[in-house]
Amino acid sequence: MILNHDSLALIWFALLGVLLIGYTILDGFDLGVGILHPIARSDEERRIMMNAIGPLWDGNEVWLVTFGGALFAAFPVAYATVFSAFYMPFMLLLTALIFRAVSLEFRSKVRSRIWRGLWDRGFFASSLLVAFLFGLVGGHTMLGLPVNQDLSVHMTAPDFIRPYPIAVGLLTVFLFAMHGAIFLFLKTEGDLQRRIERWVWRTFGVFLVAYILLTMYTLVEVPHVTRNFREHGWLWVVPLLNVLAIANIPRAMYLRRPFYAFVSSGATIAALAFLFAAAIYPHLVPGTIDPAWSVSIYNARSSETTLRIMLLIAIIGIPCVLTYTVLVYWIFRGKVRLDEHSY
Amino acid sequence: MDVETLSRLQFAGTVMFHYLFPPLTIGLGLIMVILEGLWLRTGDVSWKHAARFWTGIFALNFALGVATGIVMEFEFGTNWAAYSRFVGDVFGSALASEGIFAFFLESGFLAVLVFGWDRVGPRLHFLSSVLVFLGSCFSAVWIVVANSWQQTPAGYRIVETEVNGRTALRAEITDFWAMVFNPSSVDRLTHTLIGALILGAFFVSSVSAYYLLRRRHELFARRCMTIAVIVASIFSVLALVSGHDQARQVARTQPAKLAAFEGHFQTGPGDLYLFGWPDEKEERVRWGIAIPRMLSFLVHDDFSTPITGLDAFPPEDRPRVWIPFQAYHLMVAVGMALIAISLTSLVMLRGGRLFRCRPLLMLHVVTVLAVFAANHSGWVAAETGRQPWLVYPSEQGGVMMPGLRTSDGLSESVRAEQVLASIIMFGVVYALLFALWVFVLNSKIQHGPDERASRASPQRGFLQAAASIGSERHDLLETPTDGTR
Ligand code: HDD
Ligand code: HEM
Ligand code: HEM
Repeated sequence: MILNHDSLALIWFALLGVLLIGYTILDGFDLGVGILHPIARSDEERRIMMNAIGPLWDGNEVWLVTFGGALFAAFPVAYATVFSAFYMPFMLLLTALIFRAVSLEFRSKVRSRIWRGLWDRGFFASSLLVAFLFGLVGGHTMLGLPVNQDLSVHMTAPDFIRPYPIAVGLLTVFLFAMHGAIFLFLKTEGDLQRRIERWVWRTFGVFLVAYILLTMYTLVEVPHVTRNFREHGWLWVVPLLNVLAIANIPRAMYLRRPFYAFVSSGATIAALAFLFAAAIYPHLVPGTIDPAWSVSIYNARSSETTLRIMLLIAIIGIPCVLTYTVLVYWIFRGKVRLDEHSY
Repeated sequence: MDVETLSRLQFAGTVMFHYLFPPLTIGLGLIMVILEGLWLRTGDVSWKHAARFWTGIFALNFALGVATGIVMEFEFGTNWAAYSRFVGDVFGSALASEGIFAFFLESGFLAVLVFGWDRVGPRLHFLSSVLVFLGSCFSAVWIVVANSWQQTPAGYRIVETEVNGRTALRAEITDFWAMVFNPSSVDRLTHTLIGALILGAFFVSSVSAYYLLRRRHELFARRCMTIAVIVASIFSVLALVSGHDQARQVARTQPAKLAAFEGHFQTGPGDLYLFGWPDEKEERVRWGIAIPRMLSFLVHDDFSTPITGLDAFPPEDRPRVWIPFQAYHLMVAVGMALIAISLTSLVMLRGGRLFRCRPLLMLHVVTVLAVFAANHSGWVAAETGRQPWLVYPSEQGGVMMPGLRTSDGLSESVRAEQVLASIIMFGVVYALLFALWVFVLNSKIQHGPDERASRASPQRGFLQAAASIGSERHDLLETPTDGTR
C-alpha cells in the first residue's frame, strides 16, 4: 500500500484502536478487581485481591497515557475537541485515577481498621467511577457531540446525563467486573476462589442481559452505527466472533479452563472496542449540529510528515513494549499468596 | 478571575506538584543503580538491604508521579485546546514518544524491581534497576524536548489549515531531528537531569544524616552518605557549569527572558545582581547589590558588551519581571550553597569526620528542601520568563514565524467556573496527597532499612507482601523480611 496522507490517517486510526483495545483489556481486569473488591470478607482476602494486580496496574495505565499521547500527535484537533468537551467528566476521571493509585499504595501502610476501610472504599468507588466514566464518554461519542464550526463543544453538566451514555457506562462496569472476576479466579484458590467463581457467573449473567438490551437500544437510538456495516459486509464477522467469544466464557468456565474464559472475555472487550471504532469511522467525533462539522480522521489529522515519523516510532516502539509486557506478566504469573506471618 | 489566569494557575499548580516526584525518582534511580551494582560486585547483602530500602521510597514517589502526570497530559486538551491544535503536530509526537519509549520501560521494570526480589536473580534485578533509571531519564528527555521546542522552536513551519471552512494557523514538523535538537533542548535537558540527580543525592544524604544523628542504622547511613556526597559534589559543580551555558543560550535565543531574570531594564552593559527587588513601574531594581558589568562578562566574556534590555521589546511582548527575577536568583543562590555544602562534606569524608560533625549533619537533614526549591524555582523562572508566549516566535531560514500567545492558547468552550471548580478539586486532593506522602515517607524513614536478614518485620506493607506472591510455594520460604515495602 502506498503511504499517502489518507492511508497514514487510516493506519493511525487503526493504531489508536489497538492502543484502546490494549488499554481496555489490561486495565479492564484491574478496574474489575476494584469493582469486585467489596466481596472480600477478611483483611487477608482484600489484600489478596489487591496484590493480584499489584505489579500490573501501573503498566496497564500506561496504555491510557500512550493512547492520549498518540491521539494528541496523530489527531491533534480531535484531542483538543474531545478533551475540552468532556471537561468535567475528565476532571472527575483524573481524580478517580489518582484515588485508585493512592488507595493501592497507601492502604496497607497503617494498621488501623478505619484507615483501611476508608481506602478500601476509595479503591472500590474509584474503580467503579473510572469504568463508568469511560463508558459514558464512549456512549456520548457514539451519539455524537454538538460540535460547533470552530470545533469547540459547549456542554454543561446536565448534557452529560442522558440515558444512552449512562447505559453504555453501566455495560462497561459489568463487562469489566466480569473480566476482573475471571482474572481473580485465575489468581486465587480455596474458599475465596469458590466465592469468586459464583461472582464470575453472576457478573456474566448481568453482563449478558445488559449486552443484549444495549445492542437493541443502540440499533434503535443510534441507527447510524450500522452505516459502515452496510458498505463493508465483512465487518459482520466481528459481531459474530463477539457472540462466539461471549458464549465461550461459560463454556470454558464449565470445562474448568479459566484461562480460555479470560481470553474470551478479553476478546469480547476487543470486539466491543472494535465495534465502537467501526460505528464512528471515519469520524472521531460525529457532529450533531451539522454533520459536515464532524471531527473526522481527515480534518483532525497531523501533517503527512508527522504521521510518517510517528509510524516509524510506533514500529520501533511497539515490539519493545510487547516484550516488556510479556516479560512482566510472565515473571508475575501464578496464584497470589500472602505470607501468613505477615501481619 | 478570567479563564486565562485560572488556567495558568491550574497548570502551574498541577505541574509544580507533579514536579515534586519525577526529579526525586530520577535521582534515587541513580543511587539504586549504584547500590545494586555494589551488591552484585561484592556479594555483600547489606548493599542489597540498602538498595531495597531506597527502592521502597522510589516506588512510593513513582506512584505519585504517575498519578499526577496523567493530569498534566490531559490538561493540554482540557484547558489549552487552541494550543493543542496549534502545536499538536510537533508537540504530540514528543509526548507520544514519551509513552512508548519511557513509561512502558519504567513501569514494567519497576514491577520487577519492587516485587521481583525473590522471583528473579540478582543480575536481572540489577538490569531492571538500570532500565528503570534509564526509563525515568527518557521521560525527562521527551518532555523537556517538547517544552524546549516551545521556548526555542526549530524544524517546523507555520501553515494555514482549513477546517470547516475556517482557517487557522498551526505548526508542522519539517525536520524531526531539528525539532528534537532545537537550540535549547540539549542544554536544558542536561541541566534538568543534573538538578534531579542532585535532588536524589541530597535526599539520601538527608535521611542518612538523620540516622547518624540518631545513631541508628549507622553502617547503612555511612555507606549511603558517602555515595550521596560524592554524587552531590560532582553534580553540584556540573549544575553551575551547565547553568552558565544555559544562561548564555537564553541570552542568545530569548533575550527578553534573560533581561527579566536579571532585572535588566535598559539595554547597555549588564550588572549582576546578587539580590534585589525589581520595580517594574520605575524600571529599576531596588535594594539590590550588584557586581557592575559582571553580566556582560558572563554572557560575552567582555565587561562592556551591551545586553539587550526589556526596553528593546514592545510592552505587550515583555515578560513580567518580579517572579522570574526572584525565582532565578533563588535557584542560583541555592546552587552556590550546594557546591559549598557538598564540597565541604567531601573533604570531611576523609577519616569519617563528616559522620561526627553534628552541625554539618544537621545542615544535610534540611538541605534537601532547598534542593526541591531550586528545581522548582528553575522551572518557574524558565516558564514565567517565557511569557507572554506559549510558543516563542522564531526565525526559520530567514522567515519570521509567528508565535502563539498564552492568551490565544485557551480552550474556547471552557468557562471560568469550571476551571475554578477543578482547581478547588485538585487543591483538596493534592493537599491530601501531600500530607499522605509526607506521612508515609516519614514512617518508612522511621522504620528504616532492615539490617538483619531473618527478623520478621511487623510493618510489612501489602505491596511488599506481594513481593512474595508465589506461583511456586518455595517462594514462601524465602519471603523477604525487611520493611521496605
Ligand atoms: C537542583 C536544581 C538546580 C540547581 C542547583 C540549578 N538549577 Fe538552573 N534550573 C534547574 C535546576 C537547577 C531546572 C529545574 O532543571 C531548570 C528549569 C528549566 C530547565 O531547563 O532547568 C533550570 C533552569 C535554569 C535556567 C533557565 C533556562 C531556560 O529558561 O531555558 C538557567 C539560566 C539556569 N537554570 C542557570 C543555573 C545556574 C547559573 C545555576 C547555578 C548554580 C543553576 N541553574 C543551578
Ligand atoms: C507538562 C509537563 C509534563 C507532562 C505532560 C508529564 C506527563 C507525565 C505523565 C502522563 C506521567 C505518568 C506516566 C506513567 O503513567 O508512567 C509522568 C510521569 C513522569 N514524568 Fe512527567 N510530565 C510533565 C513534566 C515532567 C518533567 C519536566 C519531567 C522531568 C524532567 C518529567 C518526568 C517524569 C518522570 C520521570 C515520570 C515517571 C514517574 C515518576 O518518576 O515520578 N515530567 N509525566
Ligand atoms: C509543554 C507544554 C507546557 C505548556 C503549554 C506550559 C504552559 C504553562 C503555562 C501557561 C504556565 C503559566 C505561566 C504563568 O502563570 O506565568 C506555566 C507555568 C509553569 N510551568 Fe509550564 N508549560 C509546559 C511545560 C512545562 C513543563 C514540562 C514543566 C516542567 C515541570 C513546566 C513547569 C512549569 C512551572 C513550574 C510553572 C509555574 C510558573 C508560575 O508559577 O507561573 N511547564 N506553564
